[in-house]
Amino acid sequence: MNKINIIAALMAVSSGAFAASGDIHAEFAAMMDRSFKTTGIADKYRMHQLSFQKECSAEKDPPKKVMQAIEAEQLKTIRYPADGKYLGDWKEGEKIATSGKGLTWTDKTRFDNGGGCYNCHQLSHKEIAYGTIGPSLQDYGKVRGNSDEIVKYTWGKIYNAKAYNACSNMPRNGDAEILTEQQMKHLMAFLLDPESPVNKK
Amino acid sequence: MRQKKLFVLLAALVAGVGGLSSTAVRADENTDAIARYREMIADGNPAELVAAQGEELWKTKRGPKNASLEKCDLGLGAGIVKGASAQMPRYFKDTGRVQDLETRLMTCMETLQGIDPKLVVDAQWLKGEREKMAALVAYIVTESNGQKINIDMSPPQMKKMYELGKMAFYYRSGPMDFACTTCHGAEGKRIRLQDLPDLRTQAGAAAGWGTWPAYRVSSGEFWTMQHRLNDCYRQQRTAEPIYGSDVTIALSVFLAATAKGGPVLTPGLKR
Repeated sequence: MNKINIIAALMAVSSGAFAASGDIHAEFAAMMDRSFKTTGIADKYRMHQLSFQKECSAEKDPPKKVMQAIEAEQLKTIRYPADGKYLGDWKEGEKIATSGKGLTWTDKTRFDNGGGCYNCHQLSHKEIAYGTIGPSLQDYGKVRGNSDEIVKYTWGKIYNAKAYNACSNMPRNGDAEILTEQQMKHLMAFLLDPESPVNKK
Repeated sequence: MRQKKLFVLLAALVAGVGGLSSTAVRADENTDAIARYREMIADGNPAELVAAQGEELWKTKRGPKNASLEKCDLGLGAGIVKGASAQMPRYFKDTGRVQDLETRLMTCMETLQGIDPKLVVDAQWLKGEREKMAALVAYIVTESNGQKINIDMSPPQMKKMYELGKMAFYYRSGPMDFACTTCHGAEGKRIRLQDLPDLRTQAGAAAGWGTWPAYRVSSGEFWTMQHRLNDCYRQQRTAEPIYGSDVTIALSVFLAATAKGGPVLTPGLKR
């Protein structure tokens, strides 16, 4: 037996001992690795966690300090519109808010996604089929106005909700490239335009 | 008679869907309509047809060994179907594994009939051996209807699977950062108009685990628990869980253990 084989044998023994010692985290990682496969656009790589995803995967949220550190990191990801224009067409925004399609392994491309907003939020005065996982956004613009501060905050929240609440349920629409800049501008108009059914009965 | 029932069912469904899209109707009225519809067909679940096919399949000799599944041990002894699925997943000494109903059936198909499990694992949903699996499942879970969810958590292998399942339940990943908890980790939430059980609680887990497998009216399909979990992950935007993989068994143990004592209402009926 040469040296390399001896080292390999020792490593095999020690990794066996590691598993037998009952490290549930190592077992969990191995289980996840052997349980998933790539299908269509949904690559197996999706099962690897980003560090904040890992921090937000327990029964309780992480300590406040950890949350604040995540939020500071996530805030850096936000890209504001280069042309300084934040508001698109609310009618287009309504379609994007209604569509929940995209990014599953049965979707053909990963670049044609809806916002899925109605899955979790109440928005238009006229739409009754809304979810309740997130807060109601009815009258969003009417209540808040459209000051520069509100506009910028709203953009940031759509772009990367984790910048404001580390373990938010809401996807990072901009940072994770779920929606395009133009789609997010349309959603902004849907939320803030006084003529949008979000703000007008 | 059966056809008439199905027709009434379809008519109710069409009316229900019409109601959903009408903005004049309030959300709670729609929920009531669905409840009424469920009540109306409570004695005529279309899953009965699938279960009848499954019972026949259970007794049919097939595979390279030309044998039926009548000697299959689902945990209560060879050939005992009554009440078996209410006590699954279960640790099986002969395979040394914790198995749910579907992976256990794959073991029986392999050992008794000589059918390669790969034919199930690699098939499309509701096609080939996967379709036969669904029929067998419909039959077997019908035989536990009305029982209590009662899985045996005493083997250490079950305790470990529970811990792994709990970790999987809270595991956030993928482009939308979702976990099971994103939709099923709070009381009284809905997605669009669909009520979401809080699967962390006994009542919520029982409402979920206890009513699957189920006939889905919207797609006109009977879905097994593996199918249900697979579609949860699809909507989480993760990679695809392999059919019968340990993550699906671990999650099943976590859900069934949390739901323990709750009623088994299988096959369920979903909109």
